[in-house]
Amino acid sequence: MSEHTLDHHAHDHHDDHEHHHGPAKGIKRWLFATNHKDIGAMYLWFSFTMFMLGGFMAMIIRAELMYPGLQLVDPNFFNQMTTTHGLIMVFGAVMPGFVGLANYMVPMMLGAPDMALPRLNNWSFWLLPFAFSLLIIAIIKAFLGIADAPNFGWTFYAPLSTKYGPESTDFFIFSVHMMGISSIMGAVNVIVTIFNLRAPGMTLMKMPLFVWTWLITAFLLIAVMPVLAGAVTMMLTDRHFGTSFFDAAGGGDPVLFQHVFWFFGHPEVYIMILPAFGVVSAIIPTFARKPLFGYASMVYATASIAFLSFVVWAHHMFTVGLPLAGNLFYMYMTMLIAVPTGVKVFNWVATMWRGSMTFEVPMLFAIAFVILFTIGGFSGLMLAITPVDQQYHDTYFVVAHFHYVLVTGAVFSIIAGVYYWLPKWTGRMYSEFWGKIHFWSSLLSVNLLFFPMHFVGLAGMPRRYSDYALQFADFNWWISIGGFWFGLSQLILLKILIDVCFRKKGAQATSEVWEGAEGLEWTLPSPAPYHSFTTPPLVK
Amino acid sequence: MTEQNARAQDSIKLAKRLTLIAVGMFVFAVGVLPPMYDVICDITGLNGKTANEADSAESAVVQEERLITVQFLADTDPAMPWDFKPVERSIKVHPGEIRKVDFHVHNRDAQWLVGQAIPSVTPSQASPYFKKTECFCFAQQELQGGDAMNMPLIFYIDPDLPKNVTTITLSYKLFNITEKVQQESKRVATTTP
Repeated sequence: MSEHTLDHHAHDHHDDHEHHHGPAKGIKRWLFATNHKDIGAMYLWFSFTMFMLGGFMAMIIRAELMYPGLQLVDPNFFNQMTTTHGLIMVFGAVMPGFVGLANYMVPMMLGAPDMALPRLNNWSFWLLPFAFSLLIIAIIKAFLGIADAPNFGWTFYAPLSTKYGPESTDFFIFSVHMMGISSIMGAVNVIVTIFNLRAPGMTLMKMPLFVWTWLITAFLLIAVMPVLAGAVTMMLTDRHFGTSFFDAAGGGDPVLFQHVFWFFGHPEVYIMILPAFGVVSAIIPTFARKPLFGYASMVYATASIAFLSFVVWAHHMFTVGLPLAGNLFYMYMTMLIAVPTGVKVFNWVATMWRGSMTFEVPMLFAIAFVILFTIGGFSGLMLAITPVDQQYHDTYFVVAHFHYVLVTGAVFSIIAGVYYWLPKWTGRMYSEFWGKIHFWSSLLSVNLLFFPMHFVGLAGMPRRYSDYALQFADFNWWISIGGFWFGLSQLILLKILIDVCFRKKGAQATSEVWEGAEGLEWTLPSPAPYHSFTTPPLVK
Repeated sequence: MTEQNARAQDSIKLAKRLTLIAVGMFVFAVGVLPPMYDVICDITGLNGKTANEADSAESAVVQEERLITVQFLADTDPAMPWDFKPVERSIKVHPGEIRKVDFHVHNRDAQWLVGQAIPSVTPSQASPYFKKTECFCFAQQELQGGDAMNMPLIFYIDPDLPKNVTTITLSYKLFNITEKVQQESKRVATTTP
């Protein structure tokens, strides 16, 4: 497809007289898709499906934890739910969600006709349903009571996942291999597109911040997804081929697993948040009607965060018995990350300062992101302090922290991005009324859900248990109410998406869509034509 | 047309390079990180492991004025049906002083079994200073079914031990490696004519 679109570089127009350029009919359009918009849409729907599935598991977790004691599920099944909830949300919902946004928006923002490697793009996407089928087969078996799904926590520490892992651990290992290959190929595609397909005049320092954050994220993916693949490969050989990487009996060390895992895992958390910074940096200037404050500092801050993410991994391991020098090093490095992150937060606030702000749904989610992500950042700073962390470790305080940065951070930014670009994708405005209901309902419920987790965590409630001491009962009841409410609120988003995408409801969107929007994507008509920028625009 | 071809060529070249980085990171994770971790741990004692070979019993100066409490822990892997415990749970030693302690094992099983003990020192900071001149953990230990024995450990504490350390805990975990040993001997038997 790319050769086709490139062939027509010389033509002035792309769609009217070239009828074979339209999408193929039926299922073939999706199976053989090479168009970045089709693949982006598939990624986003895949992400939303996984979000619903992971959310369903969260509902089971919260239903069990609503009251002390065991009422609905047995502890082993509970552990399988926490494990697969984490895996599906991280690898199935958040990461593909951002890859979908990148596929859809990066070429349009750069003035490129498509991604640089469209066939690779197709493969990147189609690996995912197969990867997750492996994991979901294990989960279905668990629901039917045939066999255990992975039950060792999403961090799959050895020896829980090696010596004591259920048989489905091998399904999990191959599933991770496949999603790793998918992520790496997706990242390669993003980098090649950004380096090779920018429109004339689009210098690196003129690129929208979403493109910048994705470029840096893509490098992080290429650097650390192979490390994750290495970790699960060593698990596989330990389980079946007699090696002892993580087995103390054979001279290995289970702590090595934690080092390898978090060497991947810490950059991974920035993989899930840097594109969120990019989305928010696109939305806030539009609705504040001011250019982004401190563009260059935003770029350097993103790069600094990415660099620092490689030297802080052991802050997840303050209780394994690191030497004092190690504890201090990782503590100071972790606290250092607050500096570039603070630069970003201040830049967003400065962008809003004295702007002509309006509060449409994308802006509401973006502002909620800035405030709530910062709360998650603060609890992260508390956790960075080694002696304090030794008390907070593996409590609900940690659960509260990473749900603030991942749900009200990453997920809110994806939702904000979807509302922001949905009129450009579909050509129709969503219902502002239902969008606002969705926002306020999500905002109130998410805080009811996650804020009290700070309190029970500080009071000592450990994570990953299906039961708790009686004094935590009241807070947990409220947390569960918040959880069910937040889960139901997302059905409003589903309704809005069905209305706009399938029932074709909503007013026709203009090409600019938002009054203050700037960037190449807003120069295209809404919906964006199937092939856009076949003739590169000139960027001044 | 040629410009587009050149651009496509560039794209593929860059994609190949990036893939090479990814492959390199995989090799780094599996082939470099674990050995590197072992070397760093050997040098620093990071993971609490002590040396796998006997240290020479050099005549270190005994520091009479310092007294270190050394605690012993012994436990077994669930797959190991041996009783395993230190004869003395805790002793006080001067740095530089050479001491011998015993660990008692009893094979509760009727089978001949082979065990391997893995030591670990807490705080890990002290592990490079915990010198063993003789240890049952340097070799595999065998017991016929129902047999029992005392296994010796001879050690001294390096007088350079940091001042803030007053208590050292030495923990042993005993693993059942009978199957591994049998497989190994079978392989040796089949490969040697």
